[in-house]
Amino acid sequence: MRKTKKLIAALCGASLLTIGAIGAQAKTFVFCSEGSPEGFNPAFYTAGTSFDASSRQVFNRLVEFERGTTVIGPALAESWDISDEGKKYTFKLRKGVKFHTTKDFTPTRDFNADDVVFSFMRQLDPEHPYHKVSGGSYEYFNGMSMPDLLKSVNKVDDYTVEFVLNRPEAPMIANLGMDFASIHSSEYAHAMMKAGTPEKVDLNPVGTGPFQLVAYQKDAVIRFQAHPDYWAGKAAIDNLVFAITPDNSVAYQKLKAGECHLVPYPNPADLDAMKKDPDINLMQQEGLNVGYLAYNTKVAPFDNYKVRKALNKAINKEAILEAVFQGAGKIAKNPIPPTIWSYNEATQDDTYDPAAAKKILEAEGVKDLTLKIWAMPVQRPYNPNARRMAELIQADMAAIGVKAEIVSYEWGEYLKRSKDENRDGAVLLGWTGDNGDPDNFLAVLLGCDGVGGSNRAQWCYQPFEDLIQKAKVVSDPAERTKLYEQAQIVFKEQAPWATIAHSVVSKALRKEVVDFKIDPFGGHIFYGVDLK
Amino acid sequence: MFSYLLRKLGVIIPTFFGVTLVSFVFIRLLPGDPVLLMAGERGMTEERHALLMAQFGFDKPIIVQYGKYLGDLFSGDFGTSIITKQPVLEEFFTLFPATMELSIVAILLAVCVGLPAGMIAATKRGSAFDHVVMTGALAGYSMPIFWWGLLLIIFFSGILGWTPVSGRISLLYYFDSVTGFMLIDSFLSGQQGAFKSAVSHLILPAIVLGTIPLAVIARQTRSAMLEVLSEDYVRTAKAKGLGPSRVIGLHALRNAMIPVITVIGLQVGVLFAGAILTETIFSWPGIGKWMVDSIFRRDYSSVQGGLLLIAAIVMIVNLIVDLLYGLINPQIRHTD
Repeated sequence: MRKTKKLIAALCGASLLTIGAIGAQAKTFVFCSEGSPEGFNPAFYTAGTSFDASSRQVFNRLVEFERGTTVIGPALAESWDISDEGKKYTFKLRKGVKFHTTKDFTPTRDFNADDVVFSFMRQLDPEHPYHKVSGGSYEYFNGMSMPDLLKSVNKVDDYTVEFVLNRPEAPMIANLGMDFASIHSSEYAHAMMKAGTPEKVDLNPVGTGPFQLVAYQKDAVIRFQAHPDYWAGKAAIDNLVFAITPDNSVAYQKLKAGECHLVPYPNPADLDAMKKDPDINLMQQEGLNVGYLAYNTKVAPFDNYKVRKALNKAINKEAILEAVFQGAGKIAKNPIPPTIWSYNEATQDDTYDPAAAKKILEAEGVKDLTLKIWAMPVQRPYNPNARRMAELIQADMAAIGVKAEIVSYEWGEYLKRSKDENRDGAVLLGWTGDNGDPDNFLAVLLGCDGVGGSNRAQWCYQPFEDLIQKAKVVSDPAERTKLYEQAQIVFKEQAPWATIAHSVVSKALRKEVVDFKIDPFGGHIFYGVDLK
Repeated sequence: MFSYLLRKLGVIIPTFFGVTLVSFVFIRLLPGDPVLLMAGERGMTEERHALLMAQFGFDKPIIVQYGKYLGDLFSGDFGTSIITKQPVLEEFFTLFPATMELSIVAILLAVCVGLPAGMIAATKRGSAFDHVVMTGALAGYSMPIFWWGLLLIIFFSGILGWTPVSGRISLLYYFDSVTGFMLIDSFLSGQQGAFKSAVSHLILPAIVLGTIPLAVIARQTRSAMLEVLSEDYVRTAKAKGLGPSRVIGLHALRNAMIPVITVIGLQVGVLFAGAILTETIFSWPGIGKWMVDSIFRRDYSSVQGGLLLIAAIVMIVNLIVDLLYGLINPQIRHTD
């Protein structure tokens, strides 16, 4: 505690000397971030590490998720209307929003519709002068099918913008809350283009967010300063420092020594010690993810839902939770996590019953069944040790007379080969939600469009498809909820996956940190955080 | 001497081309491609994949890609990272001073401790000191760097609080980089306590990175000295009544230095390999971690450029070592 105070006092002193006149009470928050961002334009990337350093501190979006929830609310747009046919979204923009002033750029005007049009058209229009700047490949924008969805983004007046869609899409508002939809300054972009240095827009970001970038030393430190004119009020902390610390054990030592305030990904083995440490506050929450085993429902006998249900009954999920997640997980019964709206509490999970599983297989005439289990070669939040998980499932299968073989490939190959519609075997994989909308799980992972792609079960089941397609175009949240709840029941009956677990996310903080909230999307948001 | 240098350069140039070929081909032999890895679980359509592969030039035959790569190299273009969109050369030289600073201090530590320890162990063969040095060297050589680093952090930073946990300098200090070498930049900054902070941050990583070279140098010095000490000319020197310091320092050490310098030269490669783990543990912003990240992301340009530059540095150091042989033993210049 004493050390932390010393550090903070010292940092305050340094801030006064270096960053600028911040005042005698300057507060500095040190975040032991896990790695360097790939860059500072969130439109280019898909990794949370890059979003933490850019979209979540430096930029705003038209709409944003309420901190710590998946509930979307106004941000740079104060309100919006959706046309009756669901194809036109009209946003009324907030007035008086200031962009950051940096060494490269001093804004001459407030945020307006030009900035919104620039931010989206850069990604949408291949002929846009900024489309190819910095080798732009807009993976999230493309991954969310925005080029197919968006017809145009038009300025109606300085404070009104309309998005015209090619088809109705109920999750559109949630999509606009995602990191790729961050709003950049078009004035800055034009100035840099004129100066012949357009790539500066992506290196030295200018946003409207609560913090502005001051300095970045790759693999060492990122320094931010509170935006003094932030539209929602200046942040409680004056300086935000990312001390890049790739090793979690070392980050824990830094936390104990008072060299940082937050460790984002503590080692499971350290959690008990952290709980006992009076200087550390360990926060835990279910993650917005699901880990699963996807059968290939196009290949016999896995095309028979009864066989799939039997195999699901053979898997001892409690043992997996214990051995693989070391208690930091929750058994998954639905294909969406409990933190997402429309999660169906009423569905019944397949009970662990190897004897019953064996009987079902016999009744279906399945003998000497062999199964390949694909184990991911990488660690993911929804599956910290796929090899171990595969071994446990292999033992469970042996108990009902199913001979399972474990296979694995390099990660890129694994992702590619597992998409094959003729794939031999069941794939261990998972998903972390992008926008808190059930469509982002159910349609992406289980919809007919995803067969041969993100739908690893290769499962196209019309009753399920009808439900999720209808939910896509209905704008009434209550009706959508009902449709998704029904879809989860159909999913459970048909069992294209064995749903395994949702991970529990842990964050270790110094006791003096106040009002930090775990972001369900896995981000780290420091606006609203204070230090005692 | 000049012809000796020319002969050495005659070996280095084809080796350099060999490295360009190996680094270019090997990274492409790894399964998976950077575009697929960029997309992750979200995946992408075949069309989008093809488009991006074409955009990065990965769709062309490998020989065409290699030809273009060599052409770009000759014009000084090491390529652009497909992940960070930054020129590889710029990224390398932003990070390289950190690795170099750490490596120099580590090798100095290894030489300053390893050389005398090996010498004394040889002159006091069979003594308790000899046993301690040899056991310590064996332990140092066998210790996993990762475990050793964490152990030091927990003990010296966590329990005793003597050293900082990680990083190059306290977050208290913030100044623009002039040379990239933190010891120099902190000194130039004029900020009170900055230099001291930089030194304190360097201690543990230098010990960890220097441990294996120290062990190797100590063992090599001891065995080389033992061999030399049993030579006739050393016995003659002793018989002539020369003192132990002159016998060891003038006659024995100089002749024992050839294999020792060879080992020190070879340790440069070991240092770069060790830097990968050391930099990760101590959050040291150097090229080791950058290379590993680049390999995992299949960032072809960064891996190729990084490997080539590291290889060039190792070759230059070994050239210097070869030249040093010539200085220490002129016979080598004539017979090599």
